[in-house]
Amino acid sequence: MTATIDSIPTTDGTGTPTLAPAKHRRKSRFPIVLTVSVIAAIWTIPTLGLLINSFREPGDIRAAGWWTVFASPFDTAQWTLDNYTRVLDDGFSNAFLNTLAVSIPATIIPITIAAFAAYAFAWMDFPGRNILFIAVVGLMVVPLQMALIPILRVYTDYDLNGTYPAVWLAHAGFGLPLAVYLLRNYMGSLPSSMIESARIDGADHFAIFTKLVVPLSVPVLASFAIFQFLWTWNDYLVALVFLGIEPKNRVLTVELADLAGRGEGALNLLPAAAFVTMILPLVVFFSLQRYFVRGLTAGSVKG
Amino acid sequence: MSQPLLVDEDNAEPTEPVEPVEQAYGVGASVLSIGAALVIPVILVVFYFSFGFLKDEDGNKALQVVIAIVVGTLGVLGLYWATDQLINRLPRPVANAVRPFLFVGPALALLGFYLVYPAVNTLILSFKDRRSEDFIGFDNFERLFTESQYQIGIRNSLLWVLIVPAAALAIGLGFATLVDKLGKRTESITKSIIFMPMAISFVGAAVVFTFVYSFRPAGFGDQIGLLNAIKVGLGSDPVDWLAQEPWNNLYLMVILIWLQTGFSMVILSSAIKGVPIELLEAARIDGASEWKVFTKITIPTIKSTIVVVWTTVIITVWKVFDIVWVTTGGRGNTQVVAQQMVQEFFTNRDNGVGAALAVLMFIAVVPILLINVRRFKAEEAMR
Repeated sequence: MTATIDSIPTTDGTGTPTLAPAKHRRKSRFPIVLTVSVIAAIWTIPTLGLLINSFREPGDIRAAGWWTVFASPFDTAQWTLDNYTRVLDDGFSNAFLNTLAVSIPATIIPITIAAFAAYAFAWMDFPGRNILFIAVVGLMVVPLQMALIPILRVYTDYDLNGTYPAVWLAHAGFGLPLAVYLLRNYMGSLPSSMIESARIDGADHFAIFTKLVVPLSVPVLASFAIFQFLWTWNDYLVALVFLGIEPKNRVLTVELADLAGRGEGALNLLPAAAFVTMILPLVVFFSLQRYFVRGLTAGSVKG
Repeated sequence: MSQPLLVDEDNAEPTEPVEPVEQAYGVGASVLSIGAALVIPVILVVFYFSFGFLKDEDGNKALQVVIAIVVGTLGVLGLYWATDQLINRLPRPVANAVRPFLFVGPALALLGFYLVYPAVNTLILSFKDRRSEDFIGFDNFERLFTESQYQIGIRNSLLWVLIVPAAALAIGLGFATLVDKLGKRTESITKSIIFMPMAISFVGAAVVFTFVYSFRPAGFGDQIGLLNAIKVGLGSDPVDWLAQEPWNNLYLMVILIWLQTGFSMVILSSAIKGVPIELLEAARIDGASEWKVFTKITIPTIKSTIVVVWTTVIITVWKVFDIVWVTTGGRGNTQVVAQQMVQEFFTNRDNGVGAALAVLMFIAVVPILLINVRRFKAEEAMR
């Protein structure tokens, strides 16, 4: 989207980059293919091993490494879905629901709030606008750890700990700086002539925001949504502190960490459990990868 | 510190007293805004009751989820809309002055409560005792810099911050450069492979590496960890990787490098594609080797992106506690500051040291905070 770097003046660097250097490819291709394959293999093997283990008989998982299945991959006696059914019965289906209940609102709430704020920062005049926005930029790097103790104390005082809204709002608060920053940069880059002509036509800010700016910002809203969803789904710390480790309240990461802490005894359940926690983010990730990448580059590459 | 919230409410509330000058608004508009005035309390009541329902542990979970989603989204939107309608009843100039704060107010309130207030509060708590009762001066900080467990934690965190971002960046940059020279299909498939761990939680990643680092003493059955199987296969003794000081730190870092390389690779890849082709071609025609082209043209051109990626990964690495927490729990001198912070406050119930560790974590990122702010200001100046 906005990946071009501005330090070199050029009209269009992104138009034809993959086609032109073709003549330089041939001579050095083999070492490149080899290096790329080796790195890709190293990156795949740990997950692949886990995936294979998740479908093996519990006894086999303990007795021999996952790679031994390649000796007789068609021996169906070694394959089973038991690990998955046991894991799901053993708290993970509840944890799956909990995680959904946490991460969907914890994605939508900050986006809504951030979109309004981003619009104001981009298109409304009010005292302190610049300094407040710079403060938001600064807050992006504040470590979560800074917030844990005081928030937990407040939550405990008002008996909010262990509730969904407590976690949503915490996630919303922690995710807001990045959201406001990304959305404001995007909304600010919309043509001002468009906004102004809408105002001349009598539209007020609320109408411009909902009918014009939000529809135009769908790409960046989508990429932040994916980002925040993955973040809240995969979060361990916030859920651990504000939802807790009571079996009823556990999200997937908390449940998985608990299982990992049981050591050898739970070794056979660990791979299947890990995949239960990963399946939805992986699906979201691979189906919406393009938006996600676009969001990342928009946030990190000057443009 | 929930001030922004109060400010906003104050701004939104005075609707009733200041009776509107109804110029452009007809009857329909006033009906609408009266409706809006009713909507706010209704939404708040709905919030209150759904909140009670959501707290009910025996409630139907699926129903709770659905209600949570509906209330959380429509409720929030409805509040904005209704308040906006109320503001419309104000005289124009007042409405124009107040409206921006309706738009930014909730965000500022959340930021104030969840980030600004805790930051200040944590700073105060770091000077108090473990139960946050009495001020004890710099004692907590003194402990951080004199007791060996914390010293090692700080040392480890610094190593993580030095090694992980550098490795993730180097591998990511190298990989992005190499796949750029391959066909489009190969490129997108291999990039997905490297990028895939981005979708996995830190806890999940720690579990993924269980079957890489797993160890059994010789004579206690076959090795089920990949590395030890290779080692034994080559004829040497198995190693308890995560207990081997100081290298266990490095082995844990590998997990995070595995996770973070995809991020840097994707961003650097799009930066590399932005390097003007004419520039590269010109250098090649002048007889520059590919390595020269890479170091003399590509890298300088994408330098600013490299800096951004580097700082982003540093921040991530600095805050990661999950990996250590789940794998070693800090045993074998693998503790890092972020994990010790959680341990002090959550397990040991020592708010003082926990807060001091958090403050230390914050102070360490202040330079990056300033860099970000300066970069932002420079970008704004160019707009």
